[in-house]
Amino acid sequence: MHMADALLSPAVGAAFWAGTVGTISYCSKKLTDTMEEKLIPLMGVLGAFIFAAQMINFTIPGTGSSGHLGGGMILAVILGPYAAFIVMASVLTVQALFFADGGLLALGCNIWNLGLYPCFVAYPLIFRPLAGSGGSRRRLTIASLLGGVVGLQLGAISVVIETLLSGRSELPFSTFALLMQPIHLAIGVVEGIVTAGVINFIRAARPEILEGSLSARPLSAHLPIKKVFIGFLVAAVLTGGVMSWFASSNPDGLEWSIQKVFGRPDLPGQTSGIAHALKSIQEKTALLPDYGFRKADDDKGRASATSVSGLIGSALVLAGVLLIGYIIRALRRKSA
Amino acid sequence: MFDEGYFNLGYLDTLSYKNTFVHRLDPRAKLIATVAFVVTVVSFPKYEITGLLPFFLFPVLLFSLGDIPVKFILKKVLLVSSFALFIGIFNPLLDRQIVYSCWGFPVSRGWISFFSIMLKFFLTITSALLLIATTSFPGICHALRKLGVPGIFISQLLFLYRYLFVLVEEAMKAVRARDMRSFGRQGKGMKTFVSLVGTLFLRTVERAERIYQAMLSRGFSGNLHLMRPHRVSGADIVFLSSTMVLLYLFRVHDVVGAMGSLSMGTF
Repeated sequence: MHMADALLSPAVGAAFWAGTVGTISYCSKKLTDTMEEKLIPLMGVLGAFIFAAQMINFTIPGTGSSGHLGGGMILAVILGPYAAFIVMASVLTVQALFFADGGLLALGCNIWNLGLYPCFVAYPLIFRPLAGSGGSRRRLTIASLLGGVVGLQLGAISVVIETLLSGRSELPFSTFALLMQPIHLAIGVVEGIVTAGVINFIRAARPEILEGSLSARPLSAHLPIKKVFIGFLVAAVLTGGVMSWFASSNPDGLEWSIQKVFGRPDLPGQTSGIAHALKSIQEKTALLPDYGFRKADDDKGRASATSVSGLIGSALVLAGVLLIGYIIRALRRKSA
Repeated sequence: MFDEGYFNLGYLDTLSYKNTFVHRLDPRAKLIATVAFVVTVVSFPKYEITGLLPFFLFPVLLFSLGDIPVKFILKKVLLVSSFALFIGIFNPLLDRQIVYSCWGFPVSRGWISFFSIMLKFFLTITSALLLIATTSFPGICHALRKLGVPGIFISQLLFLYRYLFVLVEEAMKAVRARDMRSFGRQGKGMKTFVSLVGTLFLRTVERAERIYQAMLSRGFSGNLHLMRPHRVSGADIVFLSSTMVLLYLFRVHDVVGAMGSLSMGTF
């Protein structure tokens, strides 16, 4: 499920963009260091393949609905995590631009949710150990099924967390998670079965394509566990920072979720630490001085002050905007 | 549905080759302006409605100056699978505190925040589509390259885009063949799908190998070189700076309120 701009706050969007850009640069560096350049056209065309394959539907037995192929797992198995992440990022970028799936700010979150978890969590920690050397068809099936399911579950919980941190939705954490996880479990199982089928098909027809990812090769070498942990640590600090920042500046949005975690509406010790540091940086560099740290009464927005004058003003602004567009269009027609 | 998706893809691409004032602007200027627009719109608090209205000026200007068909884009925006709608609709159910009544209709805070989410959704999605309709995809890639995105990722985007149309057409042929051989839902199951996609994959890999050989024989050494001299012109600077100033003014000042009290004062 694609995250949407409208549900994000700028800080959360920017934090996930930072994580995504960092991962893309890391993967690019990794690839330029070890790459046989043969991979460049293969990656590009495989991106187009994922795109095309996702447009093909199939009917899910027992239900009337239709499913399609999920990309991350299959790419990781064929290309290894680094190249797969880059390909997934490119597919999502094109989707965001041409199909408006999510939007530009949410693209960072989407690449993170749908690329990072399958490539850097599900593939090295679940697929690789389970698939072994790829000798047995059953092991390969189980590995891709479980890998797909876990990757999608992590992506779904990540969507929940991003939405909650942004504070635009009223959904409480437990309800939201209970809504998202089962849906994505069902989707994950179906996608996993299909992924397993395609991987087995490839293994039967061109086993040498999978050899690279199943036997250790420098490109898809085992991801060092230490780096994974450092990555998670950075992510945790980042999320923690954003969360406390928001909790201290925007109380009405996150109050309830903080309340659940800490048992009271405010975070302990927010006058020191990262939230405080971020706040002072923000205050010093504020481009939009009233954004982010507005007073509580201002936070209801201008809408609550709506009166007759507000309604008239709205109508005037909209009419003015449309009139400008109409005039430009008319002038263009005339000159053309 | 498949054919329509493909048609839309191709049509958006065609739109980006028009030659208007907006199309001639430097891709970097348009990319930065769009991103600034999206961030500013999203930065409004949860219960903001009137503050968002002046921002409709940006898409309206791009539509009219760029000569982009409004109906086509709006249809795409409405058809987009809306996660925002799915999540936002819970707000009126969960937040029922009545804030004021509008001609006797009680309006709850939940409806205000829901409407705010929908406005933001419309503005951000429209501006993303307008970006691609007024700037070609290769143009955006060049802009990203100039802005410091790693070269591998740019080659990846350009390659993906180049072969997208080829592979989608190939997939479309396969789907048509499957549809002609199946009756209703029969024959469209997973088994057929797996071998269909598997075959498509094998053809893709073989194509990649041919492409690689063709590239090698033309002296490919790992880098794609881009030739498109983009120079920042006066129009770009004017466009970008006026966008920034307007975004700032609309964000900080209550335009709707000012218009309202102004009109109340005159009458």
